[in-house]
Amino acid sequence: MVRAGIIGLGKMGISHCAILGAHPDVDLVAVCDTSSLLNEVFKKHTRFEFFTDYKKMIDTMNLDCIVIASPTKYHADMVSYALNNNVNVFCEKPFALNAEEGKTLAKLASDLKLVNQVGYHNRFIGTFNEAKRLLEANVLGELYHFLGESYGPVVLKEKVGTWRSEKGQGGGCLYDYASHTIDLINFILGKPVKVRGTQLKSIYSADVEDAVYSSLTLQNGLTGQLSVNWSDDTYRKMSTQITVLGKKGKIIVDATELKIYLKEENKSFGLEKGWTTRYITELTDLVNYNLRGEEYTAQIDHFIDCIKTKNINNISSFSSATNTDELIALLLNDNQ
Amino acid sequence: MKKAIFGDNQFFGVNHSSDEKSRAQAIRFKDNKAILDVLDIAIEEGIETFMCTTHDRIAEICKIIRDNPKYKDFKIYPCMPYAHKYANAVTELGIMGTIKQYVPGNIFSTVAKGGLAFVKKDFISMMELMIDAELKMFKGISTPVVFLQNVITDMLLGLGMTDFLVGFYNHIKEKHGAEAGFITMNLPLLLDTLEAAGIKNPIVCASINKAGFRMSGSVEAYEKVIAQKRCRLIAMQVFAAGVLPANEALEYVCKLDGVDSILFGASSRGNIKQSKLLIDTLSS
Repeated sequence: MVRAGIIGLGKMGISHCAILGAHPDVDLVAVCDTSSLLNEVFKKHTRFEFFTDYKKMIDTMNLDCIVIASPTKYHADMVSYALNNNVNVFCEKPFALNAEEGKTLAKLASDLKLVNQVGYHNRFIGTFNEAKRLLEANVLGELYHFLGESYGPVVLKEKVGTWRSEKGQGGGCLYDYASHTIDLINFILGKPVKVRGTQLKSIYSADVEDAVYSSLTLQNGLTGQLSVNWSDDTYRKMSTQITVLGKKGKIIVDATELKIYLKEENKSFGLEKGWTTRYITELTDLVNYNLRGEEYTAQIDHFIDCIKTKNINNISSFSSATNTDELIALLLNDNQ
Repeated sequence: MKKAIFGDNQFFGVNHSSDEKSRAQAIRFKDNKAILDVLDIAIEEGIETFMCTTHDRIAEICKIIRDNPKYKDFKIYPCMPYAHKYANAVTELGIMGTIKQYVPGNIFSTVAKGGLAFVKKDFISMMELMIDAELKMFKGISTPVVFLQNVITDMLLGLGMTDFLVGFYNHIKEKHGAEAGFITMNLPLLLDTLEAAGIKNPIVCASINKAGFRMSGSVEAYEKVIAQKRCRLIAMQVFAAGVLPANEALEYVCKLDGVDSILFGASSRGNIKQSKLLIDTLSS
């Protein structure tokens, strides 16, 4: 059994807590949060030991791994402390507020040969993986443009909020929403390295942006656009879509379906001329426990498998997450 | 004979295989009249039960059907809570802010009267207050079964917070005179957990389909549990989010011994009629 602990019991922390709690190979032994309310609930209604000091939890609980789901500004210190105590780390996204710190932590984890993962769950969705596979096989020919979009209804009116609405804390649409879109572009198409014409727009929030628009250039030379808005209530929940255009056709992919248009039939991939649609129902593997979608369990399963097999080639490593943090810094800089 | 139950996902743009279809549905069902027209068709086709989320729009539908004699035999199975409302609130307001916004009676402003102490000591009572608040919209309408949404059922299962599952079950029975139901993506785990807590033969709604979609663990594990008849079972997502042809999809669930009812949603008379007819003929 892998002994696990969690720091931070917000929305993602509680979700990870349930997934680890139901995992057949994991013994979730400890959780940590500063809320006295949660302390009371967990003490009264669960079997997990409750801590308010994460260092004490790491010092005393003999953990194999830890999930860090605290506000972003605390990630670097917590990750560093866990790694230096020989604990494998799964950290929520975005990874670090400062990309340089992120790089240092990625190197530390790699030097210590500890499993390191960041919670970019889109990397575990069947449709996006299928898009990656098709693009790597060059089914669209030479690519000339992409569009990465995420929209959803988070901040819909002007009012005071939590750490997510404070400047410089890792909140705002850029850190919370756009980080997913940027990471997915990195995963499917390549590492973004340049930005131009960035607009970070505040719509309802006083101190952070509610929308992010920019033009990106990838390391491989491909250019495209980023369009993200978390104040759009025409969406029921967060929806992320990547559109890729190539000389041989086009792919439009979201978490539920992959649509591909080809000018000519591609026999080796079973793709007809014109449109072909593949649904998530045929592209997803069953997980042992399902809470909010297969991908949330799949990413934790991958983390635990990596620990069991001592595999540090993680699908969503600190190193790849640092690419996203670096791009966030470029976007902030370009907006000024 | 298996009972057909009508669902509400199509009205609120919930489509598990296509975000595009879900937007088209949201546009079509913009007005409450469009929803009522489809409900009327379902009733004409002999469907008497509507299973729906405690969405703000449902409160408006309830206002219309409450006093209309046409709906006197119509039953609603409410499913609570409407999770996205709370999930978005937690991102925006934090957990405390969300409690402040949604627990009735503004519990934190009454700290002087022991409000906070009350919250800290008795979370089951706090949950009961939230259940009562969510059920208000159904006053005067027959709601023989009240469901806990899968996101909450499954989260409580993972956290091992069985007390709340039992609390929900007891409160629905004792305060509201109805039966509690549980929606889940984890049928075998739910049954083991409820039985260990002393709840036998519960009403459960779970994903069951020929494609194996959302049948956590394995299709074999589900089929084994279904055959054991340890619960009164409603099959949902029987079309695997629309990828299975109606005939093939319904044949699989109708022939499964241990499935009592089938939940489905549709927007056109043709599809409602076809599904109802297939359920009746395939399970008779």
